[in-house]
Amino acid sequence: MNLIAQIEAEQIAALGKTIPDFKAGDTVRVGYKVTEGTRSRVQNYEGVVIARKGGATIAASFTVRKISFGEGVERVFPLYSTNIDGIEVVRRGKVRRAKLYYLRDRRGKSARIAEVTNYKEKSE
Amino acid sequence: MRSGVIAKKLGMTRLFLEDGKQVPVTVLQLDSLQVVAQRTADKDGYTAVQLGAGTAKAKRTTAAQRGHFAKANVAPKRKIAEFRVTPDCMIDVGAEITAEHYLAGQFVDVAGTTNGKGFQGAMKRHNFGGLRASHGVSVSHRSHGSTGQCQDPGKVFKGKKMAGHMGAVRVTTQNLQVVRTDAERGLIMIKGAVPGSAGGWVTVKDAVKKPAMADVPTPAAVRMTAGGEA
Repeated sequence: MNLIAQIEAEQIAALGKTIPDFKAGDTVRVGYKVTEGTRSRVQNYEGVVIARKGGATIAASFTVRKISFGEGVERVFPLYSTNIDGIEVVRRGKVRRAKLYYLRDRRGKSARIAEVTNYKEKSE
Repeated sequence: MRSGVIAKKLGMTRLFLEDGKQVPVTVLQLDSLQVVAQRTADKDGYTAVQLGAGTAKAKRTTAAQRGHFAKANVAPKRKIAEFRVTPDCMIDVGAEITAEHYLAGQFVDVAGTTNGKGFQGAMKRHNFGGLRASHGVSVSHRSHGSTGQCQDPGKVFKGKKMAGHMGAVRVTTQNLQVVRTDAERGLIMIKGAVPGSAGGWVTVKDAVKKPAMADVPTPAAVRMTAGGEA
């Protein structure tokens, strides 16, 4: 392992975040810390993960898409951001590709994703 | 004036801070950085320290270089550079400089050789605007346009910005902030980008355009080690 990868691995360990096992197609609820003036609270953002990027690096990120007031909204979160309070998997989706960019062109019925009924927790 | 250091650029990564901020950092490594020679006012007419970094194979260094390293009793170095210092900031020959030479929050200037770009047009090389996309422009959309006047002066002035070789020149980036240091592995993390490719050599000095921090290690943060044979 080169030194940069080692530094990143150490930092990921030092951040001590528990990232649930999720992939594209899953519906997640992301708790994001918002600071308004001096007060800080946690804002939830729930939607379908349409992409995960960056692999095992500290720069890894994921994109969550949801339909808000009839308008498609996408938000990219850095996976290891200290602003993320927690990630919760709401629903496991059954999809056949890693990037679900095709959902951007779909509305309603055709934008649905089937649920995985036989999901097995990864044993570590 | 303190000595600078020779460092190897390892690459870039990011740091997540507790307040939610992300900092892009370049990781530099001090690889067995030792003082190889001193330049003194009575002998050389100026004061400086000559530093060496990295490790070179003894059989691949010239006999003259081997003699020079043997005199300092240090292992053969890959990269050599001189840093002007004031006489009170002289460092002993053979002393190894550690990453604690710089403090977190301190500003530094980093010099290195930029990535070579080859022969590039005026748009990329000098940020020219190029010609119009339509209105009769044919073939020359990315050309530089006019290079001067008419019969008077009747020539193109020297130094005119044109297409040509770009990159692979020594560039100093000023006022970069040190974010973190790791003396054990000899790492310095600097906010932002530094010139050159990963694996290239750069020199780091205290910023000339910012006031020095009061508690920087003067003359240098050193660790005495047994010198190698040459």
